[in-house]
Amino acid sequence: MAVTNILIVGVGGQGTLLASKIMGKVYLEQGYDVKVSEVHGMSQRGGSVVTYVRFGDKVWSPVIDKGEADMIISFEELESARWLSYLKPEGVLISSTQKLDPAPVIMGKEKYPENILNKISDMGTSVISLPADKLAEEAGSPKSANIVLLGAAAKRQDIPKEVWVEAIKTSVPPKTLEINLRAFDLGYRR
Amino acid sequence: MAKTLLLGNEAVARGLYEAGVKFVSAYPGTPSTEITESAVKYDEIYCEWAPNEKVAFEAAFGASLGGARSFCAMKHVGLNVAADPLYTASYIGSNAGLVCAVADDPGMHSSQNEQDSRRHAIASKVPMLEPCDSSECRDYAKLAYRISEDFDTPVLLRLSTRISHSRSPVELYDREELPLRRYEKNVTKNVMMPAMARIAHKKVEERLIKLKEYAETSGVNRIEWGDKKLGIIAAGSSYVYAKEALGDGASYLKLGMVNPLPVDLIKKFAEGVDRVIVVEELDDIIESHCLKHGIKVVGKELFSFEGEFSQSIIRKAILGEELPCRSISEGVTARPPMLCAGCPHRGLFYALKGLGLYVSGDIGCYSLGAQAPLAQIDSVLCMGASVSGLHGFNTVRGKEQAKKSVAVIGDSTFVHSGITGLIDISYNQGISTVIVLDNSITGMTGHQNNPANGLTIKGDPTAAVDLEALAKAVGYRSVRVVDPYDVESTRSTVLEELSKDEPSLIIARRPCALLKNVRHSAPLEVDRDKCVGCKACLNVGCPALSQKDGKALIDPLQCLGCGICGYACKFGAIKKEGI
Repeated sequence: MAVTNILIVGVGGQGTLLASKIMGKVYLEQGYDVKVSEVHGMSQRGGSVVTYVRFGDKVWSPVIDKGEADMIISFEELESARWLSYLKPEGVLISSTQKLDPAPVIMGKEKYPENILNKISDMGTSVISLPADKLAEEAGSPKSANIVLLGAAAKRQDIPKEVWVEAIKTSVPPKTLEINLRAFDLGYRR
Repeated sequence: MAKTLLLGNEAVARGLYEAGVKFVSAYPGTPSTEITESAVKYDEIYCEWAPNEKVAFEAAFGASLGGARSFCAMKHVGLNVAADPLYTASYIGSNAGLVCAVADDPGMHSSQNEQDSRRHAIASKVPMLEPCDSSECRDYAKLAYRISEDFDTPVLLRLSTRISHSRSPVELYDREELPLRRYEKNVTKNVMMPAMARIAHKKVEERLIKLKEYAETSGVNRIEWGDKKLGIIAAGSSYVYAKEALGDGASYLKLGMVNPLPVDLIKKFAEGVDRVIVVEELDDIIESHCLKHGIKVVGKELFSFEGEFSQSIIRKAILGEELPCRSISEGVTARPPMLCAGCPHRGLFYALKGLGLYVSGDIGCYSLGAQAPLAQIDSVLCMGASVSGLHGFNTVRGKEQAKKSVAVIGDSTFVHSGITGLIDISYNQGISTVIVLDNSITGMTGHQNNPANGLTIKGDPTAAVDLEALAKAVGYRSVRVVDPYDVESTRSTVLEELSKDEPSLIIARRPCALLKNVRHSAPLEVDRDKCVGCKACLNVGCPALSQKDGKALIDPLQCLGCGICGYACKFGAIKKEGI
């Protein structure tokens, strides 16, 4: 199988690493070659962060470049705009509608751009938007937004739901399992 | 055999385990940190955080001499600190295998420069291996021990951010348990004084010739024939980017050993293809080697000395192809990293704001204090340089300047290499004021214990460096401790200490807000009646604060109730929730 490229983008501290770890585990179990590239260090302090997930018969590079992503999973609207150029024109953007002000906006130097997802959609890009932060609260913890988005992404792939559920079970702390499974379900329904 | 998805760094640790390594010492440094954090999970391996990379290397050297396969890990700039023992360990060699992993950071994701650590391998005349994925990380870690013992040399294992921080499948094998090797006193081999070092240097040169032969014939460097119109020479991440971009459309000389480099193998490869392109991130080391030996190649004509490469960069440089994509060009505001909500460093920097001081900075989370709106730091050079750099600055600019300047340095960085600077100030009759930001952890690299927090790498209680007693012992009579959340008291303490005609140490002590055992106050609230929308609170640069409908707004999910923004508000509009 040709390589599938998935970009996970967000703000440092949003839990993007757990989502990519679960995805990597699922693809490996399905028999694919997998590479997952993460960001550690400075950017984790509230900066823009990206994780690359690639799977297929043989994966060489650990990174995804402009115009190569089949799917972008975005934890935040502005980050959807920032990383849009990495999406193939026919790729799909799954974006949370959560907005987190970056430093220049907090300081009142710049404005948070409006209608980002509409603009992206108007360009002809396929956009699935969902309030992952609110759905996560509904599931029982705002921290489970990453699993909500994972659910929405899983829905759009040819891998049975049970496989994902199994991977979540072995990846999250037992006391958060129930919340995370609810979060996954809420995302999967979108 | 079942495969597991491991980070490159985790795979190196797995290699250490399988190779029977018994001793690991390291100082944390992105992107190398997780090697040691993973190695400590194997009970068979003794692991420790060392105060700095020099100590880590020397401890590993001693353990090798003592007969155990030993290891140390560091980031690229850490190897500068450990360069002293490395260059002479090259002369002495190893008893049991001695391997040092060094992780470069092209693109500077989390570093102050992007130096190429291959230059240290060349200069110290030791072999260097460079893996291209997690599986090779494990394999090369093991191979490094065989080379170290067969050739009587330390071995460098070169990693880079993308290799260290990518997960890919690795097969797991059993550990080979090895008995301690015999230690025999051997002054000629192990004591480097001029007479012995002259003999040792001769051996190093002979060893290099043997290692070159190994590079030619051992298979660690291999040719993969594909389309013979184009030949690519590459190692590590550059190799996988090239494979991704060009596939079977080229032939490859994949280098697993990047020092010393083969000559005949490269000649054979070059003769088999129409033209040769060297793809290497950072410096032109392979390219220069080829040109020196009369092998016609192209490299930096096509590729930059700066930053990371990728398949697109290679595709564009060699094939002239670019993929179509859509983009939003306007209004995509930058999102630089910033101090976390509740970060104690914020209190210290906010206390300094407005005092008009020269602030000599250092390496750690608190480097972010250089950015607006706090914007307090004047210079950042390297680990420890805040203290010694301030001493030089103040010595040439005089006493009055010394009363308008401070150094800021974290607890871990202070132990790493700030203490010697402190001694420099007191010994040389300086009066500079040094502030240690003691947050009880090594923060930026992801929360490692350190000698100042009283916990070992495993979290067990141990002796802690007493910073107050240490400062007194090296000649500081004036040592103060402040709570950086108490902005006013912090500010007045700084001013008091600056006014003195003697050196001072101020310890701004409060644990990192992200530590799990730290308790936080309830989130603060904005009294919308009192808030006049002056934005003064936004000057503390807290991610939990923003402005909405002309009034300040505090995000209750992010706010940890530290209260620093309260000091910025002249209208008493920031208060505890529900009061």
